[in-house]
Amino acid sequence: MKVKVLSRNPDDYVRETKYDIQRVPRNYDPSLHPFELSREYTRALNATKLERVFAKPFLSSLDGHRDGVNCLAKHTRSLSTLLSGSCDGVVKVWNLTKRECVRTLQAHEGFVRGMVVRYCGSSFFTIGDDKTIKQWNMEAPGYGEEEEPLNTILGKTVFTGLDHHQKKGVFATCGQQVDIWDEQRSTPIRSFSWGVDSFSSVRFNPVETELLGSCASDRSIVLYDMRESTPLKKVIMTMRTNTLCWNPMEAYFFTCANEDYNLYTYDMRYLEKPCKVHMDHVSAVLDVDYSPTGLEFVSASFDKTVRIFPKDAGHSREVYHTKRMQHVICIKWSADNKYILSGSDEMNIRLWKANAAEKLGVLAPREREAVNYSQKLKEKFQHYPQIKRIARHRHLPKNIYHQRNELRVMKEARRRKETNVRKHSKPGSVPVVSEKEKHVVSVVD
Amino acid sequence: MASPGEADVNASHVEGKGKKKQPPARYWQELPDKEKGENKDEGQVEQQQEEKKKKEQQQTQKAKKRKRDERPRDGKRVISGKSDPFPGPVPVPQDRMQKFKRNDNIRKTHRKHYKLKEIITRSADASDMAQKQAARFDILLPEDAGFLEGDEDEDTCTISQEDIADAVDITSGAKYFNLKLCQFGPYRLDYSRTGRHLLLGGRRGHVACLDWQSKQLMCEINVMESVNDVKWLHTEHMYAVAQKKWLYIYDSNGIELHCIRKFNDVLRMQFLPYHFLLATASATGFLQYLDVSVGKEVAAICTKTGRLDVMCQNPHNAVVHLGHTNGTVTLWSPNQKDALVKMLCHQGGVRSVAVDKTGTYMITSGMDKKMKVFDVRAFKPLRSYFLPAGASCLSLSQRGLLSAATGDVVQVYRDVWSTPVTKPYMAHRVRGSVWGLHFCPFEDVLGVGHGEGFTSMLVPGAGEPNFDGLDANPYRSAKQRQEWEVKALLEKIQPELITLDPTELGQIDQTTFEQKHQVRVDALGFDPLAKEKFVPKFKKKGRSSAGGVERRKKQVAHEDQRDVIRKTVEDRRKMEEERKKMEEKKGALSSKKSALERFRK
Repeated sequence: MKVKVLSRNPDDYVRETKYDIQRVPRNYDPSLHPFELSREYTRALNATKLERVFAKPFLSSLDGHRDGVNCLAKHTRSLSTLLSGSCDGVVKVWNLTKRECVRTLQAHEGFVRGMVVRYCGSSFFTIGDDKTIKQWNMEAPGYGEEEEPLNTILGKTVFTGLDHHQKKGVFATCGQQVDIWDEQRSTPIRSFSWGVDSFSSVRFNPVETELLGSCASDRSIVLYDMRESTPLKKVIMTMRTNTLCWNPMEAYFFTCANEDYNLYTYDMRYLEKPCKVHMDHVSAVLDVDYSPTGLEFVSASFDKTVRIFPKDAGHSREVYHTKRMQHVICIKWSADNKYILSGSDEMNIRLWKANAAEKLGVLAPREREAVNYSQKLKEKFQHYPQIKRIARHRHLPKNIYHQRNELRVMKEARRRKETNVRKHSKPGSVPVVSEKEKHVVSVVD
Repeated sequence: MASPGEADVNASHVEGKGKKKQPPARYWQELPDKEKGENKDEGQVEQQQEEKKKKEQQQTQKAKKRKRDERPRDGKRVISGKSDPFPGPVPVPQDRMQKFKRNDNIRKTHRKHYKLKEIITRSADASDMAQKQAARFDILLPEDAGFLEGDEDEDTCTISQEDIADAVDITSGAKYFNLKLCQFGPYRLDYSRTGRHLLLGGRRGHVACLDWQSKQLMCEINVMESVNDVKWLHTEHMYAVAQKKWLYIYDSNGIELHCIRKFNDVLRMQFLPYHFLLATASATGFLQYLDVSVGKEVAAICTKTGRLDVMCQNPHNAVVHLGHTNGTVTLWSPNQKDALVKMLCHQGGVRSVAVDKTGTYMITSGMDKKMKVFDVRAFKPLRSYFLPAGASCLSLSQRGLLSAATGDVVQVYRDVWSTPVTKPYMAHRVRGSVWGLHFCPFEDVLGVGHGEGFTSMLVPGAGEPNFDGLDANPYRSAKQRQEWEVKALLEKIQPELITLDPTELGQIDQTTFEQKHQVRVDALGFDPLAKEKFVPKFKKKGRSSAGGVERRKKQVAHEDQRDVIRKTVEDRRKMEEERKKMEEKKGALSSKKSALERFRK
């Protein structure tokens, strides 16, 4: 007779001393783990619920301005530095880790219209309603010294927008026309105008660094090449565009914030229609900024909310609002892809998390593993109706909620009317115009 | 790259052209070199080159790959000077890979978006890798299953328990023991999920729970009522006792926690560990589900089949099987008021039912003294055995051993579903008729409750040798148990998810055209596809005579039919055209060669 009976030595399965970690022998045999799918589904449901529980995006509010915050600028070299300019001409420099103002200077009389940090981070430029461009040192002046700009350029007209070149000592302003300036000279090296009298914003392309885009008050978006003497292209839309932002990863794409509550992502090669229309805001969109990964962008709107859109989604994935935040004028996505900064009418700058449920700070390895696992589970089960409903749910302020519903009704009514018209007219005489094509009037080369 | 056959043709073509200037060699032109090499081989001593030549013949077209493959085999170019005798990753045996295969074959469709295609291939690669790694990890498992082999012409069923207990080590030998409890018997029993704890319930009210390995008594009470069944709940701290009238829950100190008056006359109980459901079958014909995590009754189903004293669960899909006196076995889930399946299994009543761990096989025994094996996925009988005494209790072990109690003899069978069995693997006679049978999880032990008490039998090869520490760990500490409890409660599966096929949740819920249409009709308030019925206008001056109306109706119907025919013809023509176009395109593509073809001479 040959016999063997299972006989385990307990010493192999329990820890030796209480200072050791517990032993966990594993056996991955699927028959020992029944209901794999149902359990994973339950885990995914729990993870989704917990995500909503932990979604607390608001971090802090930076107060100190005496008037509405009109512009923000990220420091190009330091993650913790933020510059803000307000409607009374004051520029403040903030330390984000300490969440305090480190420097205040009276830069202009009237609004600070635009602000940009030089690519090397040693100085920054401001423009104001007093028709001046000023260059300031990033270092605060020593004790007892006056705040003096390094350089002041007196312009002929009011400037409304400002951006700096990525690598060269060249910057661009806009006002009545788009001007390209050399830092060393007091007159623009190049001026572009195309039958328009007023521009609201100008932006350099961060990849193709010689390209610029600007938004004009005649509802057009104009593209320029700095090396050429004339503008490249112009697209005229049905409503005015407030600002535009280039995708930092894909050179061709830019997103513009429009007065008609939508954002449009264009491929600059094909301006005939936008690649994507991003809808969700219920009032004019005032500012837009891309995340450094180029996958998402954040928009600020007159409807007192901030929304985050994936670059190729028609609707936002996140909406941020507070009771006290008024019209959001300017928005920035921090360079480490973790935070969003918004400046609003009621004189505050707010710091938000870019990912509302993310835990800040260093994660322990097991914690990170658990986070990754639940992330994957959420992704796997994202289309299940229960999970989708929970993941999509966002609380909206009452007025925005009602406005959204109202807009929906209006849109539906318009659509219904159009189909009725089409139904009762000669076939082909009322063509179907897609949402993308609807908002572009013409493209001029 | 061209095949060697083509190369010869090309080469001859070049020579035929004669004096044309040779273009410089390109990297894709491996053929001339190869030819040269072969010529050289022929020129030199053949024996030396024999092997190389063979290799070259074996190898396929890609030159670069070939070189890389050769390197370790030559064993010259390795820095240490030694060649690896086993190059590449260790191969994993196919049968072991099969064990970890999830049957989630992604349907291959022709037209896929390129992004989707990429996602699918990536996830398939990931699951392949996971499968392979799990299969690799399998050889690291510390324990091997037990076995019992007789000498030549010695039946294993003649080996007595005493002999086995003597032959094995002391700790294992101590697992064969008898508890003589003749006062309150016969006994029902249950092992906890980790296999450490044993719960005994005597018919006349004696309830005891003990750590059976250390033989430590945790509690012992007499409920002063008849006890029908006992069952551990999710941990060894709580158990349910089905008493004469109500269902009671006690803790491991014997303190009564709950008396559940909603559950009366319970005869049999099953605990579904992942759903935290206690399923009870009562003498009044009710099947009830109690959610033990929140203490709520989930479902109460009137089965309308009389007294329910045969019950088991399918551990694979948490469906409850009930056996009835008319020979049927019915399958139940808490979501449905009537049975999922009714199977006629025996000619007499059903005495006992057992389902194996993978949910594939169901074994039933009936009053007709037969024991039958069914495939519960297809609901087909596989085998039928005749037991002279008939089996009163059945139990299946983790590794698929079947124990059947015939009177006071416990027989253990091996491989009942794969091969026709003629004699038992083991047999043991106990005192008094058997009342309850249960294999201990993760141990080679079979617990038998009978009229004279309890017997713990050694059945080598019954238990799963390697447990999973995160699922059911027999050696867990109090802290680990607490942590496990929290996690298990968090991932409690909702009773709505109990279905016959547990993977149904992962399948695509395709809405049919009718469903979509219904949704559309509901949204619009009318049926857009409905055809308006033609109502002929009433015409005066005698033109609305019955014949005239009928004629007009016919005309319209005829016109409609013509429209339909016209449309189908048009569609067919269009499809034909499209097909032709595609064919032309294909033909053009196949005749066109690659861009580099023009350099080839």
